Amino acid sequence: MKIKLNVNQKEKVFEVEPNEYLLDVLRRTHYTSVRRGCDNTGCGVCTVLLDNKPVPSCSLLAVKADGHEIITVEGIQEEADKLGRHFGDEGADQCGFCNPSMALTVYSLKLENPKATDEEINQYLVGNLCRCTGYVAQHDAIKKYLGDQS
Amino acid sequence: MKVVNHKIPSVDGLGIMKGRKAYTDDFAENDSLIVKVLRSPHAFAKIKKIDDKSAKALPGIEMVLTYKDFKRKAFTRAGQGYPEPSPYDKFVLDEYVRYVGDEVLAVVGLNESVCQDALDLIEVEYEVLEPVLDFETALDNKVLVHPEDDIHEMFPIGFEPKRNKAASYHMEIGDVKEVLKGCKHTVNETFYTQAQAHVMLEPHTVNARMDYQERLIIFSATQTPFHMRRIISQTLEIPLSKIRVIKPRVGGGFGGKQAIHGEMLVAYVTYKTGKAAKMIYTRKEVFESSYTRHPMKLEISLGADENGMLKAIDAHILSDTGAYGEHALTVYMVAGSKVLPLYNKVDAVRFYGDVVYTNHVSAGAFRGYGAIQGNFALESAVDILCKKMNMDPIKFRQLNMMKENETSPIFAIMGEGTEGTPMNMETCKLEECVSRGKELIHWDDIYPFVDKGDKIRSVGMAIAMQGSGIPLIDMGSASIKLNDDGFYNLMVGATEIGQGSDTVLTQIAAEVLMTSVDKVVIYSSDTDLTPFDVGAYASSTTFVSGNAVLRAASELKDMMLDEMARIFKCDREDIEFDGVTFKYDDKEMSLIDFSNEITYSEAQKQLQVTSSYVGPKSPPPFMAGFVELEIDKETAEMEVINYVSVVDCGTTINPMLAKGQVDGAIVQGLGMAMFEDVKYTKKGKLISSDLLNYKIPTRLDIKKLTTEFVESYEESGPFGAKSVGEIGIDTPPAAIANAVENAFGIRIKSLPITAEKILEKKWEIENGK
Repeated sequence: MKIKLNVNQKEKVFEVEPNEYLLDVLRRTHYTSVRRGCDNTGCGVCTVLLDNKPVPSCSLLAVKADGHEIITVEGIQEEADKLGRHFGDEGADQCGFCNPSMALTVYSLKLENPKATDEEINQYLVGNLCRCTGYVAQHDAIKKYLGDQS
Repeated sequence: MKVVNHKIPSVDGLGIMKGRKAYTDDFAENDSLIVKVLRSPHAFAKIKKIDDKSAKALPGIEMVLTYKDFKRKAFTRAGQGYPEPSPYDKFVLDEYVRYVGDEVLAVVGLNESVCQDALDLIEVEYEVLEPVLDFETALDNKVLVHPEDDIHEMFPIGFEPKRNKAASYHMEIGDVKEVLKGCKHTVNETFYTQAQAHVMLEPHTVNARMDYQERLIIFSATQTPFHMRRIISQTLEIPLSKIRVIKPRVGGGFGGKQAIHGEMLVAYVTYKTGKAAKMIYTRKEVFESSYTRHPMKLEISLGADENGMLKAIDAHILSDTGAYGEHALTVYMVAGSKVLPLYNKVDAVRFYGDVVYTNHVSAGAFRGYGAIQGNFALESAVDILCKKMNMDPIKFRQLNMMKENETSPIFAIMGEGTEGTPMNMETCKLEECVSRGKELIHWDDIYPFVDKGDKIRSVGMAIAMQGSGIPLIDMGSASIKLNDDGFYNLMVGATEIGQGSDTVLTQIAAEVLMTSVDKVVIYSSDTDLTPFDVGAYASSTTFVSGNAVLRAASELKDMMLDEMARIFKCDREDIEFDGVTFKYDDKEMSLIDFSNEITYSEAQKQLQVTSSYVGPKSPPPFMAGFVELEIDKETAEMEVINYVSVVDCGTTINPMLAKGQVDGAIVQGLGMAMFEDVKYTKKGKLISSDLLNYKIPTRLDIKKLTTEFVESYEESGPFGAKSVGEIGIDTPPAAIANAVENAFGIRIKSLPITAEKILEKKWEIENGK
């Protein structure tokens, strides 16, 4: 069946199976920055923005997204660049598998609550797991990124 | 130093953040066949009959592979030095399935859904066998996990499959029993460590295609691309020259990718059909069908004299390798070889026991590699002994622990499944680590505890050591070439898996060549294009591969100076070079002009060097870990207020990335210490098979990590560096256990240390049980 998605500000028609998840549709259509870490919303790696809100695309049926706006990290390159530089400066990069999803969630936090406190940052990002960094350097980088705006 | 020991951002972080293609599946061919495995529902069974007719007839199904399709040839999935100290006890597919999740057969089809349909149509008749699920009953059990006769060891490792033994080991220095008898204070305690799951965020992923030279090109998320090429070649009998393994960016490994997972099947399918194929483990498969950490039972006896000097250590350890014996012996030995030398002043030490097969998920390599298990037991036992002697646990350690310029006879005795290599501790800053950590955690203000009303604050600590590669076995190499316009390519076999090795190795090359990291372009781990390296394991990369880079860059610099001497018509020694300009007398030439001249104008040649390094020794990094723990008096709920790590890893090539290694390892260690637990049903089916049932630390669990490095310079390391990848994981279990005892007087001897266990113990004590 056909669905219409606005991906990164471009209207596109996708031929999808009724039982296909958004993650699989995006990956097979070359949005490879959206990645699979688990299969049931447990890790956050597959996050995309659906109408500017972070959602796990591994568990969202593609048909449910019909008519909605999807943003992947390809759609927020400038913001990802800014956050990426802070990650670099704080030593927050390790395997990076979760980093594009992190960029999307952090960007969404910035839209919602640019003056987020430490606790609010942690609460907002709790679903974005990281097995490499121990979170501390990431947290410092995210704070600096949010601080850039104020 | 201008580049080394500086906080340089990772060379690849920005592109990865921006979502560039980087990981294995990002490079899969669009039309790849999907390889999907039917996994055993039984902990132990023999396949009687497979009915795959209707599956094979399904449109879109390319093939169904069973054990009958493969030449029966035992191998080990462990990516280790060759010949491996792991038993050859695995077949690509076998008529026996040995754990819930083991491979029964594989279907190959055009897409996921047709493969799923095919799996649903296949009927397998099993002879269900009684499994061995309690590793303490495995040895000499009437049930044999490996009854087959065509499996073997590569050299003596104590492999006795007819007794369910994958490996065994015994060593003794002095007469432990005799020395213990003469000790004023002794303790004898038994500890248990659980299976832990790696949970790297990128699942095991592989894809393959044939190229126009009819060669098999495999992209794999692996820590050991060169070992993988060899193992696939040997097992599938494809000439080594026909295989190229490319390791793109890897999304975390922690030891879990130091092995073959889906690669054998995917390689077979592509080589057989000529079609591209791929496989991505589901998260359930990662939990159920890859690896865990080896669970262990550790019986420790310690004896000390009236002055608090430790005289004897006796360690009897039983390890559960699960269904297959990958890393069985070597993980086992590291529980001794990278733990016992911490207390090097003893008169006698014994370390012995077995690694047994069970019908559990296979255990394999995992950061810490036995040291975390051994550390938990020994560092817990030391605190128990201190309580018994009424001696301050820090004072005890200061008295008994390894110091600089000392050694331990264990280094010569225990190696990688074989004898070891004697070495002196040219650098060992444990004393500084302990005293600085004590300050940072405010030990004297808290020890043993501070009453906070509803809660108790306590402190606990442990010391640890690891290694830096496997001496005389691990080889790393690097090629470096000068390009026109004066920049360099650095090609390394070393395997970046997210730990930052590409950045660190670039820094080492840039430092030698007196340039900046942007002038050194690194490419790692491609069996066609980069020189050999054993891969990312055993904390080897900075030390072993780093030394190879140091050599290669130094040799290239010499080669450049030789060429310059020819041009200047002078001796090499008379040329001054600052990384940008060559000078001799009144002559000067920029590196850019020089590189362009030898590329295009005169006496043209490519300047390139390949160099290798094998460590004659493995200088251990050391650390002291301290936890400040807050425990609720009523519920025993625990919160880590602060974890202090003071580390001696020699020079930190990149202090920021080194801190990231320690922080990440501490958090992984805290997970193991406090809640992570691989759990099975009574029938051997994994309960913790997704991230909702297997919890890893989230950012809400981590309040404060205080990580510092002490001044240290290891002469044998590149720019004074030792390793830092694993050491961080070792101390949390014992430090938490010791802090709980300091708070409550309750000793938890099995991991994870949960509120439930504390309350249960408390209840037992209060009710006189």
